[in-house]
Amino acid sequence: MSAPTAAPAAAPGGRRREKIDELAARAGALSAGAGGESLFRSAVRRLRRDPVAIIGAVIVVVFLVVAILAPFLAPRDPYAQTLLSEVRQGSIPGAREGFPLGVDQLGRDVLSRLIVGSRQSLVIGVVSTVLGAAVGMVLGILAGGLGGRVDTIVMRFVDILLSIPGLLMAISVSVLLGANQLSLMIAIAVTQVPVFARLLRGSMLVQRDSDYALAARALGVKRRKIVLGHVLPNSLSPVIVQATLSLATAIIEAAALSFLGLGDPDISRPEWGAMLASAQSVLSVRPELAVYPALCIIVVALGFTLLGESLREALDPKFRR
Amino acid sequence: MSGVQVPQTPVLEVEDLRVRFQRRGEPATLAVDGVSFAVAPGETVGLVGESGCGKSVTSLATMGLLPKRGVQVSGSVRLDGQELLGAGDRTLRRLRGKDMAMVFQDPLSSLNPTVTIGVQVTEVLAAHRGMKGDAARTEAVDLLDRVGIPDPRRRLGEYPHQLSGGMRQRALIAMALACSPRLLIADEPTTALDVTIQAQILELLRDLVQGSGTALVMITHDLGVVAGLCDRVHVMYAGRIIETAERRDLFARPRHPYTGGLLHSVPRLDSGRGTPLTPIRGSARDTIPWAQGCAFAPRCDVAEDDCLVEVSGSEVELVPDGGTRELRCRHPLTPATQTAGAPS
Repeated sequence: MSAPTAAPAAAPGGRRREKIDELAARAGALSAGAGGESLFRSAVRRLRRDPVAIIGAVIVVVFLVVAILAPFLAPRDPYAQTLLSEVRQGSIPGAREGFPLGVDQLGRDVLSRLIVGSRQSLVIGVVSTVLGAAVGMVLGILAGGLGGRVDTIVMRFVDILLSIPGLLMAISVSVLLGANQLSLMIAIAVTQVPVFARLLRGSMLVQRDSDYALAARALGVKRRKIVLGHVLPNSLSPVIVQATLSLATAIIEAAALSFLGLGDPDISRPEWGAMLASAQSVLSVRPELAVYPALCIIVVALGFTLLGESLREALDPKFRR
Repeated sequence: MSGVQVPQTPVLEVEDLRVRFQRRGEPATLAVDGVSFAVAPGETVGLVGESGCGKSVTSLATMGLLPKRGVQVSGSVRLDGQELLGAGDRTLRRLRGKDMAMVFQDPLSSLNPTVTIGVQVTEVLAAHRGMKGDAARTEAVDLLDRVGIPDPRRRLGEYPHQLSGGMRQRALIAMALACSPRLLIADEPTTALDVTIQAQILELLRDLVQGSGTALVMITHDLGVVAGLCDRVHVMYAGRIIETAERRDLFARPRHPYTGGLLHSVPRLDSGRGTPLTPIRGSARDTIPWAQGCAFAPRCDVAEDDCLVEVSGSEVELVPDGGTRELRCRHPLTPATQTAGAPS
C-alpha cells in the first residue's frame, strides 16, 4: 500500500537500495500498464481461446456478411427464370457452368436465391429476438424488481404462455394476424417472451439477495435505483446468452412458419423455409433442392448455438475452465 | 478516547431487542433475545460472540435491514431519540447512509462488480446530499483520499475487482462515512482481510470515527479487534448479552466462564511450541433455551445444577457486577481462576 520509507542507508548499502527502487518502479509501471480488465474484456479474451467459440463466430460472421452484401454477392437475379425452357415434368437441369447449384423447378438460380434468402432469415431472426427479449425483459424486471403480488401476476401470465407449445403458439399468432412478414416476426417474438421473462426474473431474484444490494440498501439508496442500477446489470449475462441462442431458434421457426405457408405472402421472394417447402414437390427429381436450404438453416442455427454456448461459458465464472 | 465514561445522551439506544425468525412448519428461532445496550457519541462499543450468537442480526435489526416476511422484531431501537422499530420504509431509507451507516464483512461482494467505484460512491452523495456531476466527483475524490486510497481520481473509474481487498474496504468505509453519520455499525469489517491490512483498516476506523464523534458499533468475533478499538464490550451468547465491561476490565478480569474461555482460546506466541490450544468445549449448537437455564451451561466447566431453572427456580439474569460491569452468571470466575489459565 504505502511505499517503504526506509532511511537511506550508508554508502555501500545506498547503491544496492537504488537498484531495488529501480526494480520496484519498473514493476509498478508494468502492473499499472496492465491494469485490471473489465468483465467484458476478460470474457472476450476467454472466447478467443475457445475453438468452439471461434467456429461459431466464423459461421455467424460469414452469415452476416453474406446477408448484408447479398445483392452484390448473388451471381444472378434470384427472380429471373433463366433456364425455365429446360425444365420439364420429371427433369430439372442440375449444376452447370454459371449455375453452381443448379436451378429450381421454375428455372431460377438456386445459389443466388440462397444468398438473397439469408437476408430474410437475418431480419426475421434479429427483429423477433429483439422484440421478444425486450418484452420479456420488461416483464422480468417487473416481476423480479417489484416482487410480491406483481411478481405472482406476471409469472402466472408467463406460465400460461409457456404452457402452449412454441410452434403452435407461433402458428396461432401468425394465423390470427394474417400471413405477412410482420406477423411472422411477432409470432416468433411471442414464443420468446416467456423464456426471457423467466430467465431475467430468476437471475434478478438471486442478485437481489446479494451483499452489494444489501450494502446499497444500508446506504439508503432508493429501491428503484438498486433494482435498475445494481441488480439489473448483474442479471443480464444469462439474458445475453439466451438472446444468442434464441436467434438460432428464431431462424428455425421462421423457416418452419414459411414452410407452412405462414410467411411472406409473396412466394416468389427467396426465403429458406419457403424454398424448402417448394422443393418438397420435386423431391424425387432433385432432392438437392431441399438439401441446400436445409443445410443453410442448420449451419446458421448451429453457428449461433455454438457462439451462445461458449458465450455462456465465458461469462459465467462457474463454467470457467 | 479513553475508556472513561462521560455521561452523554447516547446516539444509539437498543432496549430489550428481540428478533424471532419464523419459518413455515418449523419452530420459531429467537435469534436475538432481549438485548439492550447504548452507544454514546465518539464511543466504540464491541459486540463479541461466536457465529450464530445474534450479533449480526442485532445490527441488521438496528438498521432496519431484516426481511419483513417471517421476521418479528420487538423492543426499541432509538437513534438520537428517534424510534426506528416500526418506522416507515421511506424514513428508514433517509436515515440509512445519512445518520447511520454500515460496513460489511466481505468488501468484494459488498461492491457491485459491474459498476465503477466512482458511480457507487457518488450514488450515496446523490441520495443524501443532492450532489451531482462534477461536485459529486470532486467530493468522491476527497472521500477516497480521506480513507487513504492513493490516486483516488484514477480509482473512481475502476471496477471493484481492480482494487485490492484493503482498498475495497476503504472504499466501502468512504461510502459509509460520506454523510458523516452519527452511528456506524461495522460488521466484522476485517474478517476477510489480511492481518496487515486488518490493522490499517482498524486504525482508519479509529481515526475517522472517533475524531468526528461518530458512535461506532464493532461487531466481531476477534478479540484482537476488541483490544485495539473498543471502549466497552458486550459479550453475546445464544442471543443474549452475558457480560458487559470496559475493555480493560474485561481483558484483565473476565468474569463469565464463556468470556474467560474466549480469551484463553486465542493462541499465544509465548506459550511455546507443542502447547495444545485451549478451545471452548463443544459448539454453539450445544445449548439449552434460556428459559431452562444458562445457555452456556452444557459447555461450561464450572456450571453447577443451580444454573438450571428447574433447580434454582429462576432464569439467570443480567445483573450489575460492580462498577460499570454487568454479568449473567451464577458462578463467575474468581481472580484465581481468571489468571490460572483456562478452567480445565
